[in-house]
Amino acid sequence: MSVMRGRGIASANYPTGMNLGGDPTQALVFCQPTGTFSVKLASTDLGQGLKTVIGQIAAEALGVPLESVVVDTGDTDSAPHDMGTFASRATHRAGNAVIMAATEAKKVLLEVAAEEMEAAPEDLEVRDGQVSVKGTPQRTMSVFDIALAAHFKQGRTISGRGIYLKPKSAIDPETGACDPDSTEAHVTTVADVEVDTETGEVTVLRLASAYEVGRQVNPQMVQGQITGGAVMGMAHTLMESVFPYYPALDHHPGNFGEYVIPTAVDLPELHHVVLEYPSSNGPYGVKGVGEMTANSPIPAIVNAIHDAVGVFVTELPVTPEKVLRALRAKEQL
Amino acid sequence: MATQLATHIVTFQLNGRPHAVTVAPLTTLRTALREDLHLHATKAGCGQGGCGSCTVLLDNELVLSCLVPVTLVDGRSVTTLEGIGGPGRLHPLQEAFHDHFAAQCGYCTAGMIMAAKWLLDRNPNPTRAEIQMALAGNLCRCTGYVPIIEAIEDAARRMSKGVKR
Repeated sequence: MSVMRGRGIASANYPTGMNLGGDPTQALVFCQPTGTFSVKLASTDLGQGLKTVIGQIAAEALGVPLESVVVDTGDTDSAPHDMGTFASRATHRAGNAVIMAATEAKKVLLEVAAEEMEAAPEDLEVRDGQVSVKGTPQRTMSVFDIALAAHFKQGRTISGRGIYLKPKSAIDPETGACDPDSTEAHVTTVADVEVDTETGEVTVLRLASAYEVGRQVNPQMVQGQITGGAVMGMAHTLMESVFPYYPALDHHPGNFGEYVIPTAVDLPELHHVVLEYPSSNGPYGVKGVGEMTANSPIPAIVNAIHDAVGVFVTELPVTPEKVLRALRAKEQL
Repeated sequence: MATQLATHIVTFQLNGRPHAVTVAPLTTLRTALREDLHLHATKAGCGQGGCGSCTVLLDNELVLSCLVPVTLVDGRSVTTLEGIGGPGRLHPLQEAFHDHFAAQCGYCTAGMIMAAKWLLDRNPNPTRAEIQMALAGNLCRCTGYVPIIEAIEDAARRMSKGVKR
């Protein structure tokens, strides 16, 4: 009886968006008298940081500072339609819709500015909340003043509409081929584990991953998804089960004392690197990097257990009981 | 005729000021904070002492406010997240949590900061392992804990350099 070490590897290609009956998201952008832009979305921020990245995308597309953008999310009664915040699709879909809406709003902004500044709209540019005549930087006007002129002098709304639709892809009856997603992100994870052959206990020592996620709008938030997903993936592998004796419902957990998730003391050593190969259809080259982060750790850990003790436990979670039963079955072969 | 529930008047120091609540028996401290005193930083999570999201300080000791009948805090001192800092007067822990993106959904955050405050009050220069142990009663589903631990390490450094608390 001893503690055995093993290393396992697993890779994933993860889709952004779904096929559904078509997969659209809409956005509305409009300018307040203060020069602040409101972005109205039904998509929601559930902690992944959607409000932040949509704010960044809108600010970039409009040419205004991040502080001049207010992102209003999550009310499906009052916001334009969205299929939902799932399938790692929100930054891709809502981001594209917001760029389209912001582009339309910016066009009106420049038309209003052109009248105020006595210049052609195509000769104007917006940067950091200032509209200026290209090549003549001393001729500038703030977005705030342009917004005031639009509201109270010219009587115009500086606003824009946006939608991103991935049309439904039919399945080819001959080949079964289909184009169900918009883009795919990629990851490979290496897991190092220790398996105690006396107790069946598995300890994850290290998870190291290489990600390719398209353009990162907010690298610190991408890192947050990757770190959180690594620990959640480890927990799915070793700890978590809603019905441990399914289809029997016995011993199903009813509280946090029974449904065990990792605490701050259960962390493996975590490493990752991120590569950026921008997608052709995402906003600024974005791909989805949400759900994928909890995927590759699972097969990597299962493979590492096999490397350590020569058994494949393919039913999750890999509890000490299952490891011991698999080891016993192997001995009896 | 319906039986009228007895009520209790409980007076205690809350974030340095005297407060009183009139409550039914066995009302928890968490319910009194959130529903009677409208202090919503303290979160209602599992209600069974399993998640740590309702963590507050009672006479400078960590308690799970969902397990404390508010009548037991009569004459004592309670500190919630609102009491250690807020907009415009952030505690170094709150600044560090912000800078390290140590919150995603934010549901555990108030409890995490209270547990960290308890630790740093007793041990201003903790090791990483000591920080991890201090957080062991507080569950987080989003972050994988790493940015939270790094934020607490950073806050300890900021506070030891004499940043005003």
